[in-house]
Amino acid sequence: MGEREKIYACWLCNFPNAGNAQLHRLTEAFGGPEGVYYAGKEQWGQILTQNQVNSLSVYTEEWPPEAKYREMQEEGIELLTISDRDYPERLRVIPDAPYGLFVRGKLPAEDIPAVAVIGARECSEYGKYVARELGNALGHHGVVVVSGMAKGIDGISQEAALEGGGISLGVLGSGVDVCYPARNRELYGRLMKAGAVLSAYPNGTPALPKNFPPRNRIVSGLADAVVVVEARVRSGTLITVDMALEQGREVYVVPGRVTDRLSDGCNGLIKQGAGVVLSPESFYEELLQLRENKKEDRIRLKRRRRLAEEVSGDRENTPLAKRVQGLSEDLRAVYQALDFSPRTAGEIGQTLSEQYDDRAIISCLMRLCMEELAVQVSPGHFCRRGD
Amino acid sequence: MYSRILSGALHGVSAYLVSIEVDIANGLPAFLMVGSLSTEVRESRERVTVALKNVGLNLPPKRITVNLSPADRKKDGTAFDLPIAVGVLEAMGMIPGGGAEETLFLGELGLDGELKKAKGVLPVIQAAAEAGIRQCIVPRSNAREAAVVPGMTVREAGNILDILQYLTAGAEERRHILKVVSVDREGLFGTGEHGRRGQGHPPDFSEVTGQECARRAAEIAAAGFHHLLMVGPPGAGKSMIAKRIPGILPPLTLEESLEVTSVVSVAGLMEEGQALVTQRPFRSPHHTISQAALIGGSVVPRPGMISLAHRGVLFLDELPEFQRVALDALRQPIEDRSVNIARVSGNVTYPSDFMLVCAMNPCPCGYYPDTNRCKCSRTQIGKYMGKVSGPILDRIDLCVELQSVDYSSLKMGKKGESSGDIRRRVERARQVQKQRFQGTAYRFNGDIEAAVIDRYCILGGEEQRCMERLYTSLQLSARAYHRILRVARTIADLDGAEQIRTEHLMEAAFYRPSLEYWGG
Repeated sequence: MGEREKIYACWLCNFPNAGNAQLHRLTEAFGGPEGVYYAGKEQWGQILTQNQVNSLSVYTEEWPPEAKYREMQEEGIELLTISDRDYPERLRVIPDAPYGLFVRGKLPAEDIPAVAVIGARECSEYGKYVARELGNALGHHGVVVVSGMAKGIDGISQEAALEGGGISLGVLGSGVDVCYPARNRELYGRLMKAGAVLSAYPNGTPALPKNFPPRNRIVSGLADAVVVVEARVRSGTLITVDMALEQGREVYVVPGRVTDRLSDGCNGLIKQGAGVVLSPESFYEELLQLRENKKEDRIRLKRRRRLAEEVSGDRENTPLAKRVQGLSEDLRAVYQALDFSPRTAGEIGQTLSEQYDDRAIISCLMRLCMEELAVQVSPGHFCRRGD
Repeated sequence: MYSRILSGALHGVSAYLVSIEVDIANGLPAFLMVGSLSTEVRESRERVTVALKNVGLNLPPKRITVNLSPADRKKDGTAFDLPIAVGVLEAMGMIPGGGAEETLFLGELGLDGELKKAKGVLPVIQAAAEAGIRQCIVPRSNAREAAVVPGMTVREAGNILDILQYLTAGAEERRHILKVVSVDREGLFGTGEHGRRGQGHPPDFSEVTGQECARRAAEIAAAGFHHLLMVGPPGAGKSMIAKRIPGILPPLTLEESLEVTSVVSVAGLMEEGQALVTQRPFRSPHHTISQAALIGGSVVPRPGMISLAHRGVLFLDELPEFQRVALDALRQPIEDRSVNIARVSGNVTYPSDFMLVCAMNPCPCGYYPDTNRCKCSRTQIGKYMGKVSGPILDRIDLCVELQSVDYSSLKMGKKGESSGDIRRRVERARQVQKQRFQGTAYRFNGDIEAAVIDRYCILGGEEQRCMERLYTSLQLSARAYHRILRVARTIADLDGAEQIRTEHLMEAAFYRPSLEYWGG
């Protein structure tokens, strides 16, 4: 697509009041975005409603295509339309594929495997821990981690992927220049360097609740497989899973306890036949099997894997297990008694021998917090630290 | 004829002497009262007239003028009935000259001439004693309260006629007419009938099963005079523990007891025949309390809950339900240990040196952080916490979570220590603090300000490093950091340790109040 076309595509994609299907039909009817621009009011009326035509003409008057396109380029935002060669191949084939995609950063090559890691925003420490391990392992193996950059599982897995030396794609429900949630600003910045932030919404769009379900279809659309870490029943995560199944993506879940409401959604999916993630490594093996038919992938992957190892070589020297081994005896005992579900000092005391009184346990727990191995989730409850 | 009788009026918790001047002159019959009087004092005219009539003493059809001097200070209350009546009788010439001299009168009159309980007797009598007055006549129900003041001969009276008889009698007979009341001040703190122990059994900590953390937090709070917040599901025993905190504080000293009694007396809450309040106060206002009732106020200022909790415990249950304005108004009294109430009618200061104990649920449903039972969203929990004013949380040094008690621990749980044992440790820790803060404005570790914290909470090298790591890993604020140091100092004092050690810091960090838990 030539630059001229891009300028007008940018004009068209920034128009907020038209749906995907209408944009497709418009470009098809007038032979590309430029044709649409010059077609004029009457012609637009064939496809758009009267209200839309009016707002499009008002919008066009305020939108000098070329100047706005340059502005966007200066901000480092790129626009890909569905007819572009660089448009992600996986996304092109999903139902209701977005007509235009705003990208800030660099999209990875098509042949690199990609996994969407999704889950609850209000996750438990267990969820945090698994998301971190999984993201880290995937990043380490050079697998692209796709997610929504949200609080909880999404953001943690992406952060971990970057820390593991990998790349990650963040799909936003707002404009690509709006960092939502604002607390993930650091992650947003890092994603632009190692990976990309993308969105189907015009620049400057605020994060509206209605934008998120359509966003989720892009998350699963960009990936080969979807992993659900923690989800309640009737949650947004399960909507994404439905979309992934519609798009023909493999769905994997992280199992949880049956008493854990945050794992109900995952366990339900297992019952329905979803794949189970037992460890990041075993999941990675399965992911490779999934792509077995493309042999050259493996060669490329191996190369990337080596590269990633160089980046994060020192991680091997400080694994959690080693840190726990390095603790004094009583700290280790208290750490072993901890779990990912919150426990009180009294409950921990019951699993330990008599020599530990409440004050000693509290002291050990606070030391573990100081070592960043445990978290005080409420004034009286502790659990292992997950992230 | 003219007469002059002594009485007293209240200003805050202190009092000043008032002379009641009565003049009966020829002219159109009238009963005039002047001297900046409130409605209650004005109504005294009717009570006095009728009471005297009913005991058979009719007022002459003359012009009676009553002046309460100093005339520019606003006076209220009903205690002027008796002195006015005596003044009128003297002005009528029924009392031999000088009969009522050098005697202070206080009391409300019933229409039948009976004497009734008055407010604020203790402060008035104290002011009188300071002014060199040696004798007073008060209603029977207030006599013991007045008799607490040393150097004062207190005579109790039940009826205006008895007083008239007394005043007309000769010195020899007088002794048999109105009884002199005396109180053994030391005995009040002992074990006698009216003594501290005699006033029923206060709740004891041995009745609390389990809740080790909360008991410990209460002990630390009591030892260092730290304010305490308890978080826990309904029925976990928050109020039960709060009620037992006065019992582990050192017993009231005589001096403190006089202060507490003054406030209670001014508020009119003394029980009949009670001499002194000897138990530490425990006040637990309902969360619908208005700002004026909590802090003190009204058109004519009255002591609020915080002053009634002076030298004791103010317990605010369901903290987030309290009106925000009421909670915010607590800030200054907590800081200054006294509250200044300015009204058009005057500027009054009440003492408010109390230990604040608050209780609340962890979230609207009460089960957070049990994510399986708690159905509240982060936003809801944040909102619930947001109702508690930050400035109040800033003044709370200790926070503890209580768990709901299950059947097995109710049945099997070992009995806890008794209040007496805990109190002995608290007293020891307070003794250490007394020595530490000798000659300074501070009294307890809870008072230490940030500016001087380095002087009193000295850390060794290892402890310093430990605090540094805590500061970063727990993401403490400067305020939270100081709080941990203050509480660690108290824990060290309880342990009898000169230096703050790492385990003291760790325990103090465990009890730190933090909004982060609730997504704040």
